[in-house]
Formats: sequence, C-alpha cells, structure tokens
Amino acid sequence: MVVSLRLLVEEWKVRLGWWGVCASALLSLAACGSGASPEPSGQFAGEVVVFAASSLTNTFTLMAEAFEDEYPGADVQLNLAGSSTLREQILAGAPADVFASANEENMKRVDEGGELGSDPATFATNTLSLAVPAGNPGGVSGVEDLGNSNLLVGLCNESAPCGQFAEQMLATAGVEASVDTNEADVRALLTKIGADELDVGVVYVTDIEATAGVDGIEIPADVNIVATYPIATLTAAQNQELAELFVDFVLSTEGQGIMTAAGFGSP
Amino acid sequence: MSSASGRGRSVRTRPPTILVALAALGAVFFLIPLAGLLKQTPWSDLPELLTSDVVLDALRLSLISSIAAALISLIFGVPLAWLLARVDFPGRRFVRAVVTLPMVLPPVVGGAALLFALGRRGLVGGPIYDSTGFLLPFSLWGVIVANTFVAMPFLVVTVEAAFASIDQRYEAAAASLGASRLTVFRRVTLPMIGPSLAGGLVLTWARALGEFGATATFAGNLQGRTQTLPLAVFVGLESDRGAAIAISLVLVAISMLVLVGLRDRWWGQR
Repeated sequence: MVVSLRLLVEEWKVRLGWWGVCASALLSLAACGSGASPEPSGQFAGEVVVFAASSLTNTFTLMAEAFEDEYPGADVQLNLAGSSTLREQILAGAPADVFASANEENMKRVDEGGELGSDPATFATNTLSLAVPAGNPGGVSGVEDLGNSNLLVGLCNESAPCGQFAEQMLATAGVEASVDTNEADVRALLTKIGADELDVGVVYVTDIEATAGVDGIEIPADVNIVATYPIATLTAAQNQELAELFVDFVLSTEGQGIMTAAGFGSP
Repeated sequence: MSSASGRGRSVRTRPPTILVALAALGAVFFLIPLAGLLKQTPWSDLPELLTSDVVLDALRLSLISSIAAALISLIFGVPLAWLLARVDFPGRRFVRAVVTLPMVLPPVVGGAALLFALGRRGLVGGPIYDSTGFLLPFSLWGVIVANTFVAMPFLVVTVEAAFASIDQRYEAAAASLGASRLTVFRRVTLPMIGPSLAGGLVLTWARALGEFGATATFAGNLQGRTQTLPLAVFVGLESDRGAAIAISLVLVAISMLVLVGLRDRWWGQR
C-alpha cells in the first residue's frame, strides 16, 4: 500500500507538478500585488520556486525546511521531476526561480535557452549503484548480471540522467544489458524494484538508503561514473535575491552537511 | 421534420449571438492545440521520422494491443452488458460501479492496481508466476491487459444502455413464433443494438489506442516490446521532439480518420 501510494504521488508530481507550482506562484503574485503578504524578515521574505531533479527528493525536502528555518519569511516550493522534464518545463516558460539538475547536460540546455540568472555551481556528486529488492531474490551479484536475460532488469529512460549514466557505466563495463523496461525517472524505477517486480536496476547510491524495500550492490569504481549536480538561479525568478540566497544556502556548510548526510559527495 | 421547424427556417431567425460566440470559442479551444502541433511539425524530416524503428515498432505494438483490447472487450463486455441490463441479481449496482470505475479512475491508479494484482508478487499474479513462470508485466500481454482494463468500460456502458432501451416485446414475439434464442439474438437483438455496439467498439478501441498511464505503470516501457505510440511520444518529448511530434501526428491522423469515417456510417447521419 505504501509503495502504491508512493507510485501515485510520483506520477502525479510529474504530471501536475508544474501546474501546482504555477497556481501557487500565481496566488503568491496576487498576494504580493495586493500588498497583503506579511514581510516579517524584510527583503528575504517571499516564495522561492525550486525545480529539482527527482534524485534530490529527500535531500531537497530537508534543504527547504532548513532554509525556511534560517529565513522565516521564506517559503520554498519544490517541483521534483526528472531533470529533462524540468528542463522542458523551464524552457517552456515555467515560473521557476532555481534549477538543480542531476547532470550538466540539462543545465547547459537551459543556459543555451537564455534562462540562467547565474553561473551554475556544482553542489553535489553522486555515483551509481545496483538496486535489488530487499533480500536480493534474483541473486544478483554484480554489473554483469544486468546482461542476464533470465532476470527482470530495469533502467531509467535514456532521456533521464540516471539512464544516460547507466549507459555510460554499461559501456565501460562492456556489458550489454538485457533490459525489460526503461522507466521515466529514478523514482518510478525504484518503486518497481521495491515492489519486487524487477530483479535489478541501476540507480544512484543515494537512492538506496532513501528507499524502503531496496538493497544496494556496489558498482566498482573503475566502471562507475561520477555525476555532478549543478544549481543555478533562473532569469524567470520573481525574487532574484531570494533565489540567490537559496543557492548560497545549498552551497553553505549547512547545506553541504544535508547532502553528505544523505550519501552525496561534496564537490 | 416537423412543420414548426420548417416555419422557423423560412423566417430565418438568426441564432443568438452570445450562443454562437461561446460555441465558436469552444470549438477554437479544440483547434488551437492541433494548430500548435502542426506548427511545430518538422515537415521536411517527417518521412524519415515516421519510418524510424522507434515509430514503426510503436505503431505495430499500438495497433496489435488496441485491436486485441477491443476484441477482448467484445468477448467479455457484451455478455457483461447483457447481464447488467437484463438480469436483476443481488449486487448488480456494485458490479456496475466496479466495471465503470476505470472510466473515472486516473489510469495510473489502474496501472498500479493491476501491478499489485497481476504482478509477480501480486494477489493473482504471484501464484501464477510461482507455478508457471508466466509474467504479465513488461510484456505485450501486459500492454493488452492494461488497455483492456481502461477501455472495456466504454463498451459495457454503451451496449448496456442499448440492451436496456430496446423493446423486449420484439424478442418475445420472435421467440413465440418459434425462433431459438440464438436466432432471436442474431436476427432481432443484434440488429437493434448494432449501432450502439459498433459505436462502443470504436470508442473502446480509440481509448485503448491512446492509453498511457496504466500501460507505463503496469507494462513498463521498452521499445519493440511494450512501448506503444503514447509512450513513445512521452519519451520523445524529452529526447527527440521531432519524433514525438511526428508520432503525435500519426495518432491524430488515425483518430480523425476513424472518427470521421465511422461516425457517418454507424452513428447515424446528422
């Protein structure tokens, strides 16, 4: 039941996330316009809309809470989805203030679209891990098992960073994966592994700890990749100062502490 | 044609402006997205895009799975519709509600429910997998099941209404004249529900063709095995927009062709 609910929430986030953000942004705009919004801490009050990769779901929820504690007038709205989905939304004019991507490529495309308000800064690194259902019922031992056609193997879709990194890793390891499904993003993949409907998948190291019902199997460093996560403010930001403040907070000692506690590398 | 409406036409009363304006806006609302799609279409690359492996695989899977879903719906849906319309059994309201539920449920909920029922650790799928090794998710069968689950209610609802609305005295008369039950169904009932059956079947097929949420959740996404046209569009929008738009055009074209072509023939001239 928990798993099914989570699946639904993820799917609806992907589908409705932008509109939810949109609606709330409009509401806050209206509130600002009528001068009704309280401003307890001066210029640092208001809403900051953060578009973050779905592998940042847990850490950025914590990050948002910590930021709001630090700046009581600030209200962080998170829109979590696959980095490429977020990229498309931003390029289509979504009202976002900050973009935190799971790879450089999507950040670059947003930059080329003229949407970046600041230079991207790397705030975390991540590596890949094999994910198996708790107890490893498929008896997976390493990367070469991804080529086993008797196992149900899932990857992220090639348009999502975790899918691209997995392809790189497989190429380095010289393994041709016997893939059964390419999921839309890392959360959808983890849901199916957690439900024991897939035997093994390639996810981020940080997802293993964060996901119930999923065990990790290490991918050796010589074939593994290092993903770097860039963050930047966007030109669409309603409150550029607050957006910059959020980015600074992510890069601060406190923000970096949240990232490393979840298993991310600090750049 | 009644004389009243004939007189109305001869006087040539103009339709109320406000109604026309609202109706026009309503129609434009449906036209604009189509125009947007056409404007974004990379026309010169279209032949190449449409003959790519991704598109051809998805087209093949979409046609197979949607037609299979429509046929399965026909086999199980018509008896179900008959039962719901003609037999007063305890729990009929409940069965009717359960059968029509997928029409209002978000398809992704249906997909999740199917996974937890028919997946290899599912309520029904578990024992089947353990004893035979047969697995529905991540296979074409899974796509067909997801399509059928979402689409069959359209057939049941349409045909049940038809069964309920025809005058049963015709059937009784045929039977009293010595026609067997089969003959009555074939010669009397079927011709009377024919238009509804055909219409329902088209709706069912069209719904199956456009199915996305339940398929992605239950059957997964793999080119050549489970990736139907709507899934290919979803993937393409983030990686290869030209291909995604080309596939969208294919879906629009197939749907328009069927709706325009069959509307006149089966749903009566208007």
